[in-house]
Amino acid sequence: MASSTQSVAGVSHTARDEPAGAAAAATAARPAIARLRLRGDVRGALLLVAPLVLFMLVFFAVPVASLLTRGVWDDAVQKAFPATRIALAGWHTHGDVPPPAVYSALAHDILAADAAGTLGDAAARLNQNLPGMRALLTRTRHHLDDRDPMSAPDAGTLQQGLRGFDARWSEPSTWQVLERALRPLTADNLLRAVDHTRLPDGSIVPLGSDEGVYLSILGRTFWISAVVTMLVTLLGYPLTYWLNGLPPARQRPVMLAVLIPFWTSILVRICAWMVVLPQSGLVNRVLMSVDAIDHPLALLYNRTGVYISMVHILIPFMVLPLFAVMRNVPRNYTLAAISLGSHPFGAFWRVYLPQTLPGLAAGAMLVFISALGYYIAPALLGGAGDQMLSYYIAYFTNVSVNWGLAAALATLLLVATALLFIVYRMAAGRRTPLEGL
Amino acid sequence: MRIATGLCAIAALLTAHAALARPLAVINYGGTLADAQQSAFVEPFQKAAGIDVTATSYSGEQAKVKAMVDASQVTWDVVEVESTDVGRGCDSGMYERIDWKAVPDATHLTKDAKTRCGVGLFAWANAYAYNTTTLKNPPQGWTDFWDTKKYPGKRGMRKSARGNLEFALMADGVKPADVYKVLATPAGVDRAFKKLDQLRPYIQWWDAGAQPAQFLVGGDVAMSTVFSGRIITAQKSGQPLAIVWNGAIADYDYWVIPKGSPMKAEAMKFINYTIAPQAQTDYLARQPGGPVNTQALARMSPEQLANLPNTPEHSKIGLVNDREFWDEHGDDLDQRFAAWAAR
Repeated sequence: MASSTQSVAGVSHTARDEPAGAAAAATAARPAIARLRLRGDVRGALLLVAPLVLFMLVFFAVPVASLLTRGVWDDAVQKAFPATRIALAGWHTHGDVPPPAVYSALAHDILAADAAGTLGDAAARLNQNLPGMRALLTRTRHHLDDRDPMSAPDAGTLQQGLRGFDARWSEPSTWQVLERALRPLTADNLLRAVDHTRLPDGSIVPLGSDEGVYLSILGRTFWISAVVTMLVTLLGYPLTYWLNGLPPARQRPVMLAVLIPFWTSILVRICAWMVVLPQSGLVNRVLMSVDAIDHPLALLYNRTGVYISMVHILIPFMVLPLFAVMRNVPRNYTLAAISLGSHPFGAFWRVYLPQTLPGLAAGAMLVFISALGYYIAPALLGGAGDQMLSYYIAYFTNVSVNWGLAAALATLLLVATALLFIVYRMAAGRRTPLEGL
Repeated sequence: MRIATGLCAIAALLTAHAALARPLAVINYGGTLADAQQSAFVEPFQKAAGIDVTATSYSGEQAKVKAMVDASQVTWDVVEVESTDVGRGCDSGMYERIDWKAVPDATHLTKDAKTRCGVGLFAWANAYAYNTTTLKNPPQGWTDFWDTKKYPGKRGMRKSARGNLEFALMADGVKPADVYKVLATPAGVDRAFKKLDQLRPYIQWWDAGAQPAQFLVGGDVAMSTVFSGRIITAQKSGQPLAIVWNGAIADYDYWVIPKGSPMKAEAMKFINYTIAPQAQTDYLARQPGGPVNTQALARMSPEQLANLPNTPEHSKIGLVNDREFWDEHGDDLDQRFAAWAAR
């Protein structure tokens, strides 16, 4: 602290004489003092932080990491078909069918997996790589169930039987997919999350537009978040500016008006919009009764409804940090600028606004990253083309129980957000602390 | 000494409390369904069998069941699931196998109500409904649903491939009896998606069974695919809605027991109670639909019979959901539909 005020004084004194020398001295002084600080406080600091770090590790980092690894680790097929795995270990020829021993191992595995309840997950995994595998396995299971339990066919007869039952058991692609699926480490989910797929022969190809949608959904998610952030900034900044200018007695009710919706459950607020916005809802009825519009506006189940509700929910996240910063901005700088001849708006733009930029940036970042993760508001108030990526993560987690793809999509969102955050930090970090004034 | 005794007493009390059996947890789809089950199943069963039952609702996410079964911490004992989940969940080892020899009413149940892991609960129909005050000219079938010139306005549809693909084929002229044959071919699937593309700008998606009635009454959609039972209940409470039975798909809800439930015997007792004729009639008097127990048909009033999805008249113009078809092709069609709906 002492060094920084000294260096500031140094700059203002010698501003015209040796700005470079004073700045250089200040920069040289800072690391030495910083090193002194670190030596003294390290152990105490670590001890104080340890419980929090442990808590975050156990209840946040470890569960999130274990869920994300599901995106690349899927041992469903390995668990269901152990004998087939061993039998296939020696088979390397691609383009030919495996020996009869593999077929009898597979038949044994299918029945054992069905009894143990592991066949379903294996069928689901295989079906993702080669559509139709689930039907093939289910029908083969029925066929094997219907066999006479007393007959014990030898491996050759079994192979002929299976190949005769369904031609797909003679196709090399079926066996290539099965062999690859027996390895638990898989890139298939991540590939699918970036709109690519791996063909049975191992090559990676991009998916057509009727199946490869996730990158465009990611783009849509970022776009909606950006628009919401911009709207929140345009509405929140003037609100906070006005709030800051009020006498403290009048600030309190306005602050309550911002905080009470903030404290209300998010689901309650969204359901409230479902009552207020429809064609026969409050907004349209009021506007029609004062003849402002002829036909009811379509404010719900489209992008407008999503923007309205998300802005409403996220404004407090902008107002609160911005208010905290604005409170500490001295009033006299703007007045001084005006008294020196600046236009009032120019004074605001060049003197006041830059001082509130840290609060604005913090609020904008908070709003943007919160908006990226939203799925309830678009799901309940948006149309088909308004769903954000989190909706699909929730869909694959809850409805279709495809945790691998859900984890891969979550990884995609996490990586995209992290990259954006790094870019933001690099852009923000270029300004040195001295330039803030 | 006294402190030690005190601590021992407290410990004994706590362990005794933990050893007491918890109430049987029955999970259903909520809304009017839950109310009907409460009066027709839960309360009479509690009195008759002396077993405490708590009924809670969920919206069909099997992820919770899977998480419970994987962690071996099963707190749900009887869960109501759709035909979508009953086959796949069984194959994935999420549900207990049903010992049909131990089910007394097994011989009276309809064929579709008996599956490896699920016991049928009741039958309902996937059809469509409209607001009688806004649509003066009643629509007749799926071609009318797709006709946005004759009947302008949005269409509510369930956000799921199941049902919508069959409806699209029927709108394209396929007879109900041939729908699954056509849908089993790749050309048929393309045909269904092309037909859905025609309707896409007008579709408003819904997820929960209670939403279509709200859309129709609120005026946001002109017609919507619905669960028949919910609309009949809304009609009874005075809403101006009507169902189109032409081309309706009859389907079942099933009871399943998550694998590893500690109260499996009590769960089976509850299930057996609900499929008995008297319980079925009581339930269907409140939640309109079809019984799984053929003996219950004799006890139903003519008015109730008219609303069944599987009456002779309705069966002629509709079809029954082909569970095996969806078990086999569900994964592919669901993914393709999800990608189609995302655009």
